[in-house]
Order: sequence, then structure tokens, then C-alpha cells
Amino acid sequence: MEKIPILKMDQFLLVTIQVDMHDRLAMALQDDLTEMISQTEAQGVLIDISSLEIVDSFIGRMLANIAGMSRVLDAQTVVVGMQPAVAITLVELGLSLPGVRTALNVDAGMALLRSSNGRR
Amino acid sequence: MSTMPVNAKAGDLASILARKQDVILGEWMREMSGAVRRSDLLKESDLQAECVNFLRLTKSALDSGNTNFQTSAWDSVREMLTNISRSRALAGFTPGETASFVFSAKKPIFTQIREETKGNADATAAQMWVATEVLDTMGLYTTEVYQKSREEVIRRQQEELLELSTPVVKLWDGVLALPIIGTLDSARTQVVMESLLDAIVKTNSRIAIIDITGVPTVDTIVAQHLLKTVTAARLMGADCIISGVRPQIAQTIVHLGISLLDVTTKATLAAAFLVALQRLEITFTSTAKKS
Repeated sequence: MEKIPILKMDQFLLVTIQVDMHDRLAMALQDDLTEMISQTEAQGVLIDISSLEIVDSFIGRMLANIAGMSRVLDAQTVVVGMQPAVAITLVELGLSLPGVRTALNVDAGMALLRSSNGRR
Repeated sequence: MSTMPVNAKAGDLASILARKQDVILGEWMREMSGAVRRSDLLKESDLQAECVNFLRLTKSALDSGNTNFQTSAWDSVREMLTNISRSRALAGFTPGETASFVFSAKKPIFTQIREETKGNADATAAQMWVATEVLDTMGLYTTEVYQKSREEVIRRQQEELLELSTPVVKLWDGVLALPIIGTLDSARTQVVMESLLDAIVKTNSRIAIIDITGVPTVDTIVAQHLLKTVTAARLMGADCIISGVRPQIAQTIVHLGISLLDVTTKATLAAAFLVALQRLEITFTSTAKKS
């Protein structure tokens, strides 16, 4: 079964979603990521969805869930590179992802994680 | 549309049109020179050509013996009327003037029918009915086409207006401004939202200022649209500032119970720009000498 790789960079985890997210893949990612956070004691998770072009309510909720779970495990989540069409779809679906931090690209996201990490 | 069986009356009318074409044409032109003809918009020779064409095509359609305007026998007539009506709509004729082109043919044609069927009241009535039915349908058709072509013009202008009305301006490296002029409705918000989000990606901007100085009224729907745009921009990682909130609008927003708590709002575009620069940690110093 295909899997979404989770990379470790210093104290952060980097997830790049480059394939169409289907529901089982999303569930697997949720499992792997929580497992990985607790294993590595990561302090931040950066999810890059710049190649994601289609979302549905399930994927939207999953993003919010991942952010919530990470927070419980003491890791911040930043979602970066959301496409305009995806943003509009999520808003129209009523999923404004409260509690999820966002940034324009991986650079800005990393800067955000580092700065908030330094403040803690 | 009534479906009439193939009838001999139509053929009779066709033969009258063929035999008396010149007389009808002459009278028709005279008829139109009085009331309908707009010599400022249409040359006499062009009009004559149109009339000849009209009579010829109507005759050949009637030859088929079918008086149902929607059938294929009338294709060429419909096409001719469409062209006439459309060109007149664009040239500035009124719908009445356009339809009168057809209706003014009634009198000359009826006169000829009466002469041809003299002494036979039944035949006169029958011919008149066929002619009336055909000409009325044609007249209505020109009005319909006229309206359609005007609507096309309006729709095109609306689209152009939509494109024109949503410029996204770059104020600084990483700061965009979107001045909105006029009322926001769903269709416009969609365009506004898309062009803003596209510009955010293209210019890699962290801050977008939505200026609503030119929005006359804000109701719940407009506010909801604004909030949607702000939320979408936030999802992409950009901050939105709403500026140009006039006192009246501020009152309305509070009275309507709309919560803009999560959104930074500023009174003027200048104030919003200052906030944007502060967030980007940019400072200015005046080089003017202090006296």
C-alpha cells in the first residue's frame, strides 16, 4: 500500500502530500504521524499541500484533526502552500480550520515554527 | 405554435405573392416611408433589397404548403428575419420599429388578396387568415430576436464590468491591496476572491488589504462574503486587513450582529498599510531636516 513519507528535520516533522488523498491514505497518515510525533518528540509538524488540488470535507476534517492531535502531543502544526481553489472549497464547505496555522510556502512555514518554538 | 396540416391556401397565397410582387413591393415601400423607415439609420436601397428578399423567401416557404413557422421549410425565412432584427437592434432601432418592418407588409398584401379573390368572400377570409397568421408569427419572431440580441450585449457588458472591477494592486513587496468599488454580490465575490487568492500565490504576499471604501452598503450577505474571503486567504497563509470601514457601515455591522473580531479592521487604507509594514518589520525615517 502506498504511504505518505514523513521526514524528520531537526525537531520538526515534514509531510509533503503529493498524491491524491483518498480516505484510507488519510487515515494511515493520521496513524503514522501521531506515532512519529510521540516517537521523536517532535515540536512541530509542517504539512505541505501545494500539490493537492482536490479536497473534500473528509480531507478537510482530517487536516483539522491532525492539528488537534499534534497539539495534544505538544507539537505545533503548520499547513503550507494551500492552492486558491482548495482554500475556496474548504471555506464553502464551512471548514475554516480554526487552530491550524498556515503559511504561504515551506520557507515561511519553517520560519513560523522556529519563531514559535524559540518563544516557548 | 399551432401545427397546421399542409393546406392549399398557403399555395394560393404564394402564387398571389409571386404574381403581384412588384405591386406589393411598391406599396410596402410607400407604407414604410411614412412611419417606420428610419432614413437616418438605413439606406433606401438596402431596405428595398431586404423587402425583395423577404417576399421571395416567404413565397418559397409558402410554396411548401406548410404554415407552421417552426418547421424546416421556414428555416431560410427565420434566418433572414434573425439577421434583419439583429442588425437593427445593434443599429439602434426600437423594437417597435423592427417589428413594424413585418407588420407594414400586411396592408399591401391584404389589398392584393382582396383584389385577387374578388367576389368570393370565403376565399378572401381564408387567405387573409393565412396571411395574418404567418405575418404575426414573423413579427413576434423579430421582437424575440431583437430582445435576445440586446440581452447578449448586456450580458457581455456585465462580464466586462466584472473583469474591470476587481484589480489587485501590489503596494509593497509582500503587501497586496484590493479596492472594492460597488455592491458585492455572490458572483462578484467569487471573482474578487479568486483574483485575490491567485495574486497572493503569484506575488507571494503575506498581507492583503481589502479596502471597502467604495462599497455603498454592507449587509449580512456582503459581510459573509468578506469573511469567506478573509478565511480563504488565511488558509493559504496570508493575513487580511479590512480597511475603509465608514462610520455608517461600522454601525450597521454591529447592529446586524456580525462578528468581525477575528479580522483586523482599519478606518483608512493608509492605516492598514502602516499595520502591514509593521508586521513585515519595515520602518521609515524622514530625511527632512528638522528646523
